[in-house]
Amino acid sequence: MSEFVQYLVNGFAQGSIYALIALGYTMVYGILKLINFAHGEIYMIGGYCGIFLLSTLGLPFWAALMLAMPIVGIFAVLIERFAYRPLRGAPRIAPLITAIGVSIVLLELTRLVAGAQPRPFPQPFEDMSYELGNWIPALDGVIIQRNQIMVFIIAIVLMVLLNAIVMKTKIGRAMRALSMDFDASRLMGVPIDRVIAFTFFIGASLAGAGGMLVGMYYNQVEPYMGQLAGLKAFTAAVLGGIGVIPGAVIGAFILSISEALVVGYSESSYRDAIAFAILIVVLMFRPWGILGRPERVKV
Amino acid sequence: MSALLDIAALTIRFGGLVAVNRVDIKIEKGELVGLIGPNGAGKTTCFNMLTGVYEPTSGTICLEGKNINGLAPHQICSKGVARTFQNIRLFKSMTVLENLLVSLHRERGYSLAEALFGLGRFGKREQEMRTKAMEILRMLGLDHRAHLPASSLPYGEQRKVEIARALATSPKLLLLDEPAAGMNPSETAQLAKDIQKIRKDFDITVLLIEHDMSLVMKICERIYVLDYGQLIAQGKPEEIKRDPRVIEAYLGGGLGGEQHA
Repeated sequence: MSEFVQYLVNGFAQGSIYALIALGYTMVYGILKLINFAHGEIYMIGGYCGIFLLSTLGLPFWAALMLAMPIVGIFAVLIERFAYRPLRGAPRIAPLITAIGVSIVLLELTRLVAGAQPRPFPQPFEDMSYELGNWIPALDGVIIQRNQIMVFIIAIVLMVLLNAIVMKTKIGRAMRALSMDFDASRLMGVPIDRVIAFTFFIGASLAGAGGMLVGMYYNQVEPYMGQLAGLKAFTAAVLGGIGVIPGAVIGAFILSISEALVVGYSESSYRDAIAFAILIVVLMFRPWGILGRPERVKV
Repeated sequence: MSALLDIAALTIRFGGLVAVNRVDIKIEKGELVGLIGPNGAGKTTCFNMLTGVYEPTSGTICLEGKNINGLAPHQICSKGVARTFQNIRLFKSMTVLENLLVSLHRERGYSLAEALFGLGRFGKREQEMRTKAMEILRMLGLDHRAHLPASSLPYGEQRKVEIARALATSPKLLLLDEPAAGMNPSETAQLAKDIQKIRKDFDITVLLIEHDMSLVMKICERIYVLDYGQLIAQGKPEEIKRDPRVIEAYLGGGLGGEQHA
Protein backbone atom coordinates (compact mmCIF):
# COMPACT_ATOMS: atom_id res chain seq x y z
CA MET A 1 0.00 0.00 0.00
CA SER A 2 2.60 2.58 1.07
CA GLU A 3 4.80 1.54 -1.82
CA PHE A 4 1.99 2.06 -4.27
CA VAL A 5 1.13 5.48 -2.85
CA GLN A 6 4.78 6.48 -2.97
CA TYR A 7 4.89 5.64 -6.69
CA LEU A 8 1.71 7.64 -7.25
CA VAL A 9 3.26 10.65 -5.53
CA ASN A 10 6.32 10.43 -7.76
CA GLY A 11 4.12 9.93 -10.80
CA PHE A 12 2.03 13.01 -10.09
CA ALA A 13 5.07 15.27 -9.78
CA GLN A 14 6.55 14.05 -13.05
CA GLY A 15 3.12 14.07 -14.69
CA SER A 16 2.63 17.76 -13.88
CA ILE A 17 5.72 18.53 -15.91
CA TYR A 18 4.69 16.30 -18.82
CA ALA A 19 1.30 17.98 -18.79
CA LEU A 20 2.76 21.48 -19.02
CA ILE A 21 4.72 20.45 -22.12
CA ALA A 22 1.95 18.35 -23.65
CA LEU A 23 -0.47 21.29 -23.57
CA GLY A 24 1.69 23.24 -26.01
CA TYR A 25 1.87 20.31 -28.41
CA THR A 26 -1.83 19.78 -28.34
CA MET A 27 -2.84 23.44 -28.71
CA VAL A 28 -0.57 24.01 -31.70
CA TYR A 29 -1.70 20.74 -33.27
CA GLY A 30 -5.34 21.60 -32.65
CA ILE A 31 -5.04 24.76 -34.71
CA LEU A 32 -2.32 24.17 -37.29
CA LYS A 33 -2.26 20.35 -37.44
CA LEU A 34 1.47 20.79 -36.92
CA ILE A 35 3.48 18.66 -34.53
CA ASN A 36 5.90 21.22 -33.25
CA PHE A 37 8.95 19.07 -32.67
CA ALA A 38 10.88 22.09 -31.43
CA HIS A 39 8.59 22.25 -28.42
CA GLY A 40 10.83 20.01 -26.28
CA GLU A 41 13.71 22.41 -26.88
CA ILE A 42 11.51 25.32 -25.80
CA TYR A 43 11.05 23.51 -22.51
CA MET A 44 14.80 22.96 -22.21
CA ILE A 45 15.41 26.68 -22.89
CA GLY A 46 12.93 27.43 -20.11
CA GLY A 47 15.25 25.55 -17.75
CA TYR A 48 18.32 27.52 -18.86
CA CYS A 49 16.35 30.74 -18.71
CA GLY A 50 15.55 29.84 -15.10
CA ILE A 51 19.23 29.38 -14.25
CA PHE A 52 20.09 32.71 -15.84
CA LEU A 53 17.38 34.60 -13.98
CA LEU A 54 18.00 32.88 -10.64
CA SER A 55 21.81 32.69 -10.56
CA THR A 56 23.10 35.40 -12.86
CA LEU A 57 20.49 38.02 -12.06
CA GLY A 58 19.82 36.70 -8.58
CA LEU A 59 16.06 37.08 -8.85
CA PRO A 60 13.74 35.42 -6.37
CA PHE A 61 12.03 32.26 -7.62
CA TRP A 62 8.58 33.70 -8.25
CA ALA A 63 9.93 36.69 -10.17
CA ALA A 64 12.13 34.37 -12.23
CA LEU A 65 9.16 32.14 -13.06
CA MET A 66 6.97 35.10 -14.03
CA LEU A 67 9.75 36.45 -16.26
CA ALA A 68 10.92 33.17 -17.78
CA MET A 69 7.45 32.32 -19.05
CA PRO A 70 6.94 35.39 -21.26
CA ILE A 71 10.59 35.35 -22.40
CA VAL A 72 10.30 31.78 -23.65
CA GLY A 73 6.86 32.63 -25.04
CA ILE A 74 8.19 35.50 -27.13
CA PHE A 75 10.99 33.27 -28.31
CA ALA A 76 8.44 30.77 -29.61
CA VAL A 77 6.44 33.53 -31.29
CA LEU A 78 9.59 34.53 -33.19
CA ILE A 79 10.16 30.92 -34.25
CA GLU A 80 6.58 30.73 -35.49
CA ARG A 81 6.91 34.03 -37.33
CA PHE A 82 10.08 33.20 -39.20
CA ALA A 83 10.12 29.39 -39.47
CA TYR A 84 6.49 28.26 -39.64
CA ARG A 85 4.38 31.13 -40.92
CA PRO A 86 6.09 31.34 -44.34
CA LEU A 87 5.06 27.69 -44.82
CA ARG A 88 1.43 28.20 -43.79
CA GLY A 89 0.04 27.23 -47.20
CA ALA A 90 2.57 24.47 -47.87
CA PRO A 91 1.86 20.73 -47.54
CA ARG A 92 1.87 19.62 -43.92
CA ILE A 93 5.11 17.71 -44.22
CA ALA A 94 7.11 20.93 -44.91
CA PRO A 95 6.54 22.70 -41.57
CA LEU A 96 6.94 19.33 -39.83
CA ILE A 97 10.45 18.92 -41.23
CA THR A 98 11.14 22.57 -40.45
CA ALA A 99 10.13 21.89 -36.85
CA ILE A 100 12.68 19.07 -36.64
CA GLY A 101 15.25 21.45 -38.07
CA VAL A 102 14.41 24.16 -35.57
CA SER A 103 14.69 21.59 -32.80
CA ILE A 104 18.21 20.61 -33.88
CA VAL A 105 19.27 24.23 -34.25
CA LEU A 106 18.04 25.16 -30.78
CA LEU A 107 19.64 22.10 -29.21
CA GLU A 108 23.03 22.69 -30.82
CA LEU A 109 22.97 26.43 -30.15
CA THR A 110 22.32 25.77 -26.48
CA ARG A 111 25.14 23.24 -26.41
CA LEU A 112 27.43 25.81 -27.99
CA VAL A 113 26.51 28.63 -25.64
CA ALA A 114 25.99 26.77 -22.38
CA GLY A 115 28.09 23.66 -22.93
CA ALA A 116 27.08 20.02 -23.13
CA GLN A 117 27.59 19.38 -19.42
CA PRO A 118 24.57 19.49 -17.13
CA ARG A 119 24.29 22.73 -15.21
CA PRO A 120 23.22 22.74 -11.58
CA PHE A 121 19.91 24.45 -11.00
CA PRO A 122 19.89 26.75 -7.96
CA GLN A 123 17.50 25.49 -5.33
CA PRO A 124 14.95 28.17 -4.54
CA PHE A 125 13.39 26.29 -1.63
CA GLU A 126 14.96 24.57 1.29
CA ASP A 127 14.97 20.81 0.87
CA MET A 128 12.21 19.43 2.99
CA SER A 129 10.18 16.28 3.04
CA TYR A 130 7.12 15.13 4.86
CA GLU A 131 6.40 11.66 6.22
CA LEU A 132 2.80 10.86 5.46
CA GLY A 133 2.92 8.13 8.10
CA ASN A 134 2.90 10.83 10.79
CA TRP A 135 -0.66 11.73 9.85
CA ILE A 136 -2.03 8.58 8.28
CA PRO A 137 -0.63 5.45 9.89
CA ALA A 138 -1.57 3.27 6.90
CA LEU A 139 0.81 5.28 4.74
CA ASP A 140 3.84 4.62 6.88
CA GLY A 141 7.03 5.24 4.93
CA VAL A 142 5.54 7.41 2.19
CA ILE A 143 7.61 10.55 1.74
CA ILE A 144 6.55 13.65 -0.10
CA GLN A 145 9.25 16.17 -0.91
CA ARG A 146 8.42 19.81 -0.71
CA ASN A 147 9.57 20.24 -4.31
CA GLN A 148 7.06 17.66 -5.45
CA ILE A 149 4.27 19.61 -3.82
CA MET A 150 5.52 22.86 -5.35
CA VAL A 151 5.76 21.36 -8.83
CA PHE A 152 2.27 19.93 -8.58
CA ILE A 153 0.66 23.10 -7.22
CA ILE A 154 2.33 25.44 -9.69
CA ALA A 155 1.38 23.20 -12.59
CA ILE A 156 -2.24 22.99 -11.45
CA VAL A 157 -2.48 26.77 -11.02
CA LEU A 158 -1.09 27.31 -14.52
CA MET A 159 -3.55 24.81 -15.98
CA VAL A 160 -6.47 26.49 -14.25
CA LEU A 161 -5.30 29.82 -15.68
CA LEU A 162 -5.00 28.29 -19.14
CA ASN A 163 -8.48 26.88 -18.87
CA ALA A 164 -9.83 30.30 -17.92
CA ILE A 165 -8.10 31.90 -20.90
CA VAL A 166 -9.33 29.29 -23.34
CA MET A 167 -12.90 29.12 -22.07
CA LYS A 168 -13.65 32.66 -20.91
CA THR A 169 -11.72 35.18 -22.98
CA LYS A 170 -12.20 36.20 -26.55
CA ILE A 171 -8.70 35.17 -27.62
CA GLY A 172 -9.45 31.74 -26.16
CA ARG A 173 -12.72 31.64 -28.01
CA ALA A 174 -10.88 32.50 -31.20
CA MET A 175 -8.39 29.68 -30.51
CA ARG A 176 -11.22 27.19 -30.11
CA ALA A 177 -12.97 28.48 -33.23
CA LEU A 178 -9.75 28.18 -35.22
CA SER A 179 -9.24 24.60 -34.08
CA MET A 180 -12.79 23.69 -35.14
CA ASP A 181 -12.87 25.40 -38.52
CA PHE A 182 -9.88 27.38 -39.71
CA ASP A 183 -11.49 28.89 -42.81
CA ALA A 184 -14.83 29.72 -41.24
CA SER A 185 -12.94 31.52 -38.44
CA ARG A 186 -10.99 33.80 -40.71
CA LEU A 187 -14.11 34.50 -42.75
CA MET A 188 -15.79 35.65 -39.54
CA GLY A 189 -13.04 38.19 -39.06
CA VAL A 190 -10.75 36.34 -36.65
CA PRO A 191 -7.20 37.64 -37.20
CA ILE A 192 -5.57 34.24 -37.55
CA ASP A 193 -1.92 35.32 -37.46
CA ARG A 194 -2.39 36.99 -34.12
CA VAL A 195 -4.32 34.06 -32.67
CA ILE A 196 -1.71 31.56 -33.86
CA ALA A 197 1.11 33.68 -32.44
CA PHE A 198 -0.76 33.83 -29.15
CA THR A 199 -1.20 30.05 -29.15
CA PHE A 200 2.55 29.58 -29.55
CA PHE A 201 3.14 32.15 -26.81
CA ILE A 202 0.89 30.41 -24.30
CA GLY A 203 2.10 26.90 -25.18
CA ALA A 204 5.75 27.92 -24.89
CA SER A 205 5.17 29.79 -21.63
CA LEU A 206 3.78 26.62 -20.08
CA ALA A 207 6.66 24.54 -21.43
CA GLY A 208 9.10 27.16 -20.13
CA ALA A 209 7.54 26.91 -16.69
CA GLY A 210 7.87 23.13 -17.01
CA GLY A 211 11.58 23.54 -17.76
CA MET A 212 12.08 25.62 -14.64
CA LEU A 213 10.11 23.20 -12.50
CA VAL A 214 12.04 20.20 -13.76
CA GLY A 215 15.28 22.03 -13.04
CA MET A 216 14.09 22.59 -9.51
CA TYR A 217 12.89 18.98 -9.18
CA TYR A 218 16.03 17.26 -10.50
CA ASN A 219 18.52 20.00 -9.51
CA GLN A 220 19.96 20.32 -12.98
CA VAL A 221 19.32 21.13 -16.63
CA GLU A 222 21.17 19.95 -19.72
CA PRO A 223 20.84 20.59 -23.46
CA TYR A 224 19.45 17.14 -24.25
CA MET A 225 16.68 17.14 -21.67
CA GLY A 226 14.12 18.42 -24.15
CA GLN A 227 14.41 15.49 -26.50
CA LEU A 228 13.11 12.71 -24.33
CA ALA A 229 10.75 14.93 -22.36
CA GLY A 230 9.41 16.31 -25.64
CA LEU A 231 8.73 12.83 -26.96
CA LYS A 232 7.09 11.78 -23.70
CA ALA A 233 4.87 14.85 -23.67
CA PHE A 234 4.02 14.21 -27.30
CA THR A 235 3.06 10.66 -26.32
CA ALA A 236 0.91 12.07 -23.53
CA ALA A 237 -0.83 14.41 -25.98
CA VAL A 238 -1.52 11.57 -28.40
CA LEU A 239 -2.71 9.33 -25.58
CA GLY A 240 -5.18 11.93 -24.36
CA GLY A 241 -6.29 12.81 -27.89
CA ILE A 242 -4.11 15.30 -29.72
CA GLY A 243 -5.82 18.64 -30.19
CA VAL A 244 -7.96 18.17 -27.09
CA ILE A 245 -6.69 20.33 -24.25
CA PRO A 246 -7.92 18.32 -21.21
CA GLY A 247 -6.70 15.18 -22.99
CA ALA A 248 -3.10 16.37 -22.74
CA VAL A 249 -3.36 16.60 -18.96
CA ILE A 250 -5.05 13.23 -18.57
CA GLY A 251 -2.56 11.60 -20.95
CA ALA A 252 0.36 13.13 -19.05
CA PHE A 253 -0.76 11.75 -15.70
CA ILE A 254 -1.57 8.30 -17.07
CA LEU A 255 1.83 8.17 -18.72
CA SER A 256 3.80 9.38 -15.72
CA ILE A 257 1.98 7.12 -13.28
CA SER A 258 2.51 4.08 -15.52
CA GLU A 259 6.18 5.00 -15.67
CA ALA A 260 6.42 5.40 -11.92
CA LEU A 261 4.72 2.05 -11.32
CA VAL A 262 6.92 0.24 -13.80
CA VAL A 263 10.02 1.79 -12.27
CA GLY A 264 8.80 0.86 -8.81
CA TYR A 265 7.71 -2.69 -9.40
CA SER A 266 10.21 -3.83 -12.00
CA GLU A 267 13.24 -1.94 -13.22
CA SER A 268 13.94 1.70 -13.85
CA SER A 269 15.39 0.87 -17.24
CA TYR A 270 11.90 -0.05 -18.47
CA ARG A 271 10.71 3.48 -17.83
CA ASP A 272 11.07 4.74 -21.39
CA ALA A 273 10.01 1.41 -22.84
CA ILE A 274 6.63 1.58 -21.15
CA ALA A 275 6.06 5.15 -22.37
CA PHE A 276 6.64 4.27 -25.98
CA ALA A 277 4.85 0.94 -25.69
CA ILE A 278 1.82 2.98 -24.65
CA LEU A 279 2.30 5.22 -27.69
CA ILE A 280 2.45 2.22 -30.01
CA VAL A 281 -0.61 0.57 -28.48
CA VAL A 282 -2.62 3.80 -28.64
CA LEU A 283 -1.67 4.35 -32.26
CA MET A 284 -2.69 0.80 -33.09
CA PHE A 285 -6.04 0.59 -31.33
CA ARG A 286 -7.25 4.10 -30.65
CA PRO A 287 -5.21 6.60 -32.67
CA TRP A 288 -7.57 9.45 -31.79
CA GLY A 289 -6.74 9.02 -28.08
CA ILE A 290 -8.84 8.94 -24.95
CA LEU A 291 -10.82 12.15 -25.38
CA GLY A 292 -10.38 12.64 -29.11
CA ARG A 293 -12.91 11.74 -31.74
CA PRO A 294 -12.08 9.79 -34.88
CA GLU A 295 -11.61 12.21 -37.73
CA ARG A 296 -13.99 11.63 -40.55
CA VAL A 297 -12.21 11.58 -43.84
CA LYS A 298 -14.06 13.64 -46.38
CA VAL A 299 -14.55 11.95 -49.72
CA MET B 1 -21.77 57.57 -56.18
CA SER B 2 -20.18 54.15 -56.59
CA ALA B 3 -22.07 50.89 -56.21
CA LEU B 4 -21.76 48.88 -52.99
CA LEU B 5 -20.17 46.02 -54.88
CA ASP B 6 -18.59 46.38 -58.28
CA ILE B 7 -16.99 43.29 -59.78
CA ALA B 8 -15.28 43.79 -63.12
CA ALA B 9 -13.87 41.15 -65.48
CA LEU B 10 -13.35 38.77 -62.56
CA THR B 11 -11.39 35.70 -63.68
CA ILE B 12 -9.81 32.77 -61.92
CA ARG B 13 -7.90 29.85 -63.39
CA PHE B 14 -7.02 26.59 -61.70
CA GLY B 15 -4.29 25.22 -63.92
CA GLY B 16 -5.85 24.93 -67.34
CA LEU B 17 -9.41 25.31 -66.09
CA VAL B 18 -10.98 28.74 -66.25
CA ALA B 19 -13.47 28.42 -63.40
CA VAL B 20 -14.79 31.96 -63.62
CA ASN B 21 -14.31 33.97 -66.78
CA ARG B 22 -14.61 37.76 -67.03
CA VAL B 23 -17.63 38.10 -64.79
CA ASP B 24 -19.10 41.54 -64.12
CA ILE B 25 -21.53 42.06 -61.26
CA LYS B 26 -22.74 45.35 -59.88
CA ILE B 27 -24.88 45.63 -56.77
CA GLU B 28 -26.36 48.80 -55.31
CA LYS B 29 -26.83 49.32 -51.61
CA GLY B 30 -29.97 47.67 -50.27
CA GLU B 31 -30.54 45.31 -53.18
CA LEU B 32 -31.36 41.62 -52.88
CA VAL B 33 -29.63 39.91 -55.79
CA GLY B 34 -29.53 36.25 -56.82
CA LEU B 35 -26.64 34.36 -58.39
CA ILE B 36 -27.79 31.15 -60.03
CA GLY B 37 -26.48 28.54 -62.39
CA PRO B 38 -26.11 24.78 -62.79
CA ASN B 39 -23.77 22.80 -60.55
CA GLY B 40 -20.13 23.65 -61.14
CA ALA B 41 -20.95 26.96 -62.80
CA GLY B 42 -18.54 28.84 -60.54
CA LYS B 43 -20.95 30.44 -58.08
CA THR B 44 -19.23 29.40 -54.86
CA THR B 45 -15.87 30.15 -56.49
CA CYS B 46 -17.14 33.72 -56.94
CA PHE B 47 -17.98 33.87 -53.23
CA ASN B 48 -14.55 32.52 -52.38
CA MET B 49 -12.92 35.30 -54.38
CA LEU B 50 -15.23 37.91 -52.88
CA THR B 51 -14.24 36.87 -49.37
CA GLY B 52 -10.51 36.49 -50.01
CA VAL B 53 -10.31 32.69 -49.82
CA TYR B 54 -9.10 32.60 -53.44
CA GLU B 55 -7.15 35.33 -55.13
CA PRO B 56 -8.54 36.15 -58.58
CA THR B 57 -6.22 35.61 -61.55
CA SER B 58 -7.40 38.95 -62.96
CA GLY B 59 -10.18 41.45 -62.60
CA THR B 60 -11.20 43.72 -59.76
CA ILE B 61 -13.55 43.56 -56.81
CA CYS B 62 -14.50 46.95 -55.42
CA LEU B 63 -16.47 47.47 -52.25
CA GLU B 64 -17.81 51.03 -51.99
CA GLY B 65 -15.33 52.09 -54.64
CA LYS B 66 -12.30 50.59 -52.89
CA ASN B 67 -10.45 47.63 -54.33
CA ILE B 68 -10.47 44.69 -51.90
CA ASN B 69 -8.51 42.31 -54.14
CA GLY B 70 -5.69 40.53 -52.36
CA LEU B 71 -6.82 41.37 -48.83
CA ALA B 72 -6.85 38.56 -46.28
CA PRO B 73 -10.25 37.05 -45.44
CA HIS B 74 -10.40 38.65 -42.00
CA GLN B 75 -9.60 42.06 -43.49
CA ILE B 76 -12.34 41.72 -46.08
CA CYS B 77 -14.66 40.69 -43.29
CA SER B 78 -13.84 43.86 -41.37
CA LYS B 79 -14.58 45.92 -44.52
CA GLY B 80 -18.12 44.59 -44.33
CA VAL B 81 -18.49 41.36 -46.29
CA ALA B 82 -19.84 38.32 -44.44
CA ARG B 83 -20.97 34.95 -45.65
CA THR B 84 -22.57 31.63 -44.89
CA PHE B 85 -21.53 28.26 -46.30
CA GLN B 86 -23.03 25.70 -48.60
CA ASN B 87 -22.41 22.96 -46.04
CA ILE B 88 -23.04 24.26 -42.57
CA ARG B 89 -19.77 25.22 -40.94
CA LEU B 90 -20.68 26.28 -37.44
CA PHE B 91 -18.23 25.88 -34.57
CA LYS B 92 -19.97 22.70 -33.57
CA SER B 93 -19.03 22.17 -29.96
CA MET B 94 -19.50 25.82 -29.03
CA THR B 95 -22.81 27.17 -27.89
CA VAL B 96 -24.92 29.23 -30.29
CA LEU B 97 -24.01 32.36 -28.36
CA GLU B 98 -20.28 31.60 -28.50
CA ASN B 99 -20.53 31.14 -32.26
CA LEU B 100 -21.70 34.73 -32.52
CA LEU B 101 -19.11 35.96 -30.04
CA VAL B 102 -16.34 34.65 -32.32
CA SER B 103 -17.67 36.98 -35.00
CA LEU B 104 -17.50 39.89 -32.59
CA HIS B 105 -13.80 39.16 -31.92
CA ARG B 106 -12.27 42.18 -33.63
CA GLU B 107 -14.94 44.58 -32.51
CA ARG B 108 -14.32 45.20 -28.84
CA GLY B 109 -10.90 44.91 -27.31
CA TYR B 110 -9.35 44.28 -23.96
CA SER B 111 -5.88 43.14 -23.02
CA LEU B 112 -4.95 39.70 -21.75
CA ALA B 113 -3.80 41.17 -18.45
CA GLU B 114 -7.23 42.70 -17.93
CA ALA B 115 -8.80 39.36 -18.67
CA LEU B 116 -6.48 37.40 -16.39
CA PHE B 117 -7.14 39.56 -13.39
CA GLY B 118 -10.75 40.22 -14.26
CA LEU B 119 -10.06 43.93 -14.23
CA GLY B 120 -10.71 46.99 -16.31
CA ARG B 121 -12.66 46.62 -19.49
CA PHE B 122 -12.81 42.82 -19.44
CA GLY B 123 -16.17 42.39 -17.74
CA LYS B 124 -17.75 45.38 -19.44
CA ARG B 125 -16.58 44.46 -22.92
CA GLU B 126 -17.58 40.82 -22.57
CA GLN B 127 -20.99 41.96 -21.38
CA GLU B 128 -21.35 44.32 -24.36
CA MET B 129 -20.47 41.52 -26.75
CA ARG B 130 -22.99 39.21 -25.14
CA THR B 131 -25.72 41.84 -25.26
CA LYS B 132 -25.11 42.48 -28.93
CA ALA B 133 -25.04 38.77 -29.79
CA MET B 134 -28.23 38.14 -27.84
CA GLU B 135 -29.94 40.99 -29.65
CA ILE B 136 -29.11 39.46 -33.03
CA LEU B 137 -30.36 36.08 -31.82
CA ARG B 138 -33.56 37.67 -30.60
CA MET B 139 -34.15 39.36 -33.95
CA LEU B 140 -33.87 35.98 -35.64
CA GLY B 141 -35.98 34.23 -33.04
CA LEU B 142 -33.07 32.12 -31.78
CA ASP B 143 -32.54 33.62 -28.35
CA HIS B 144 -34.05 30.61 -26.57
CA ARG B 145 -31.31 28.47 -28.16
CA ALA B 146 -28.40 30.70 -27.09
CA HIS B 147 -26.85 28.35 -24.57
CA LEU B 148 -27.24 25.09 -26.46
CA PRO B 149 -24.36 23.52 -28.37
CA ALA B 150 -24.69 24.59 -32.01
CA SER B 151 -24.59 21.00 -33.25
CA SER B 152 -27.61 20.02 -31.15
CA LEU B 153 -29.97 22.30 -33.08
CA PRO B 154 -32.21 21.05 -35.88
CA TYR B 155 -30.84 21.56 -39.36
CA GLY B 156 -32.98 24.54 -40.31
CA GLU B 157 -32.00 26.40 -37.16
CA GLN B 158 -28.32 25.66 -37.70
CA ARG B 159 -28.63 27.41 -41.05
CA LYS B 160 -30.19 30.35 -39.28
CA VAL B 161 -27.40 30.42 -36.71
CA GLU B 162 -24.94 30.62 -39.60
CA ILE B 163 -26.76 33.69 -40.86
CA ALA B 164 -26.80 35.14 -37.33
CA ARG B 165 -23.07 34.51 -37.00
CA ALA B 166 -22.45 36.31 -40.28
CA LEU B 167 -24.65 39.21 -39.17
CA ALA B 168 -22.63 39.52 -35.96
CA THR B 169 -19.65 40.76 -38.01
CA SER B 170 -21.80 43.84 -38.85
CA PRO B 171 -21.65 43.36 -42.62
CA LYS B 172 -22.76 45.76 -45.33
CA LEU B 173 -22.98 42.90 -47.78
CA LEU B 174 -24.25 39.47 -46.77
CA LEU B 175 -23.39 36.53 -49.02
CA LEU B 176 -25.67 33.53 -48.60
CA ASP B 177 -24.47 30.29 -50.17
CA GLU B 178 -27.48 28.04 -50.79
CA PRO B 179 -29.36 28.89 -47.61
CA ALA B 180 -32.32 26.69 -48.61
CA ALA B 181 -30.26 23.57 -49.32
CA GLY B 182 -31.83 20.60 -47.54
CA MET B 183 -34.94 22.49 -46.48
CA ASN B 184 -38.50 21.38 -47.19
CA PRO B 185 -40.93 23.72 -49.02
CA SER B 186 -42.47 25.17 -45.87
CA GLU B 187 -39.06 25.80 -44.32
CA THR B 188 -37.97 27.44 -47.57
CA ALA B 189 -41.03 29.70 -47.56
CA GLN B 190 -40.17 30.75 -44.00
CA LEU B 191 -36.56 31.35 -45.04
CA ALA B 192 -37.75 33.68 -47.82
CA LYS B 193 -39.57 35.78 -45.24
CA ASP B 194 -36.57 35.70 -42.91
CA ILE B 195 -34.16 36.90 -45.58
CA GLN B 196 -36.40 39.82 -46.47
CA LYS B 197 -36.84 40.69 -42.82
CA ILE B 198 -33.11 40.51 -42.16
CA ARG B 199 -32.39 42.82 -45.06
CA LYS B 200 -34.81 45.37 -43.70
CA ASP B 201 -33.97 45.06 -39.98
CA PHE B 202 -30.21 45.09 -40.45
CA ASP B 203 -30.25 47.52 -43.37
CA ILE B 204 -27.96 45.36 -45.48
CA THR B 205 -27.48 44.21 -49.03
CA VAL B 206 -27.81 40.51 -49.87
CA LEU B 207 -26.26 38.39 -52.60
CA LEU B 208 -27.70 34.92 -52.69
CA ILE B 209 -26.60 31.69 -54.35
CA GLU B 210 -29.48 29.29 -54.63
CA HIS B 211 -30.70 26.24 -56.48
CA ASP B 212 -34.25 26.49 -55.29
CA MET B 213 -35.86 28.51 -58.06
CA SER B 214 -39.04 29.17 -56.11
CA LEU B 215 -36.99 31.03 -53.52
CA VAL B 216 -34.84 32.98 -55.97
CA MET B 217 -37.71 34.00 -58.22
CA LYS B 218 -39.80 35.07 -55.26
CA ILE B 219 -37.41 37.29 -53.34
CA CYS B 220 -34.60 38.44 -55.65
CA GLU B 221 -34.97 41.77 -57.39
CA ARG B 222 -32.28 41.00 -59.92
CA ILE B 223 -30.60 37.77 -60.94
CA TYR B 224 -27.25 36.90 -62.50
CA VAL B 225 -26.89 33.55 -64.24
CA LEU B 226 -23.55 31.76 -64.47
CA ASP B 227 -22.81 28.78 -66.69
CA TYR B 228 -19.35 27.22 -67.11
CA GLY B 229 -17.85 30.28 -65.44
CA GLN B 230 -19.47 32.71 -67.90
CA LEU B 231 -22.18 35.21 -67.14
CA ILE B 232 -24.92 34.20 -69.59
CA ALA B 233 -27.78 36.40 -68.44
CA GLN B 234 -28.84 39.06 -65.98
CA GLY B 235 -32.04 40.88 -65.23
CA LYS B 236 -35.32 40.76 -63.37
CA PRO B 237 -36.77 37.34 -62.42
CA GLU B 238 -39.41 37.46 -65.19
CA GLU B 239 -36.75 38.21 -67.79
CA ILE B 240 -34.53 35.41 -66.54
CA LYS B 241 -37.37 32.88 -66.61
CA ARG B 242 -37.94 33.62 -70.30
CA ASP B 243 -34.30 33.91 -71.35
CA PRO B 244 -33.58 31.16 -73.89
CA ARG B 245 -29.91 30.81 -72.88
CA VAL B 246 -30.89 30.26 -69.27
CA ILE B 247 -33.45 27.64 -70.23
CA GLU B 248 -30.83 26.00 -72.41
CA ALA B 249 -28.32 25.94 -69.55
CA TYR B 250 -30.86 24.31 -67.28
CA LEU B 251 -31.43 21.54 -69.84
CA GLY B 252 -34.30 22.80 -71.89
CA GLY B 253 -36.94 24.26 -69.68
CA GLY B 254 -35.88 22.75 -66.36
CA LEU B 255 -36.63 26.10 -64.80
CA GLY B 256 -40.39 25.84 -65.08
CA GLY B 257 -40.33 22.29 -63.85
CA GLU B 258 -38.17 22.98 -60.80
CA GLN B 259 -40.56 25.62 -59.63
CA HIS B 260 -43.02 22.96 -58.68
CA ALA B 261 -40.51 20.42 -57.55
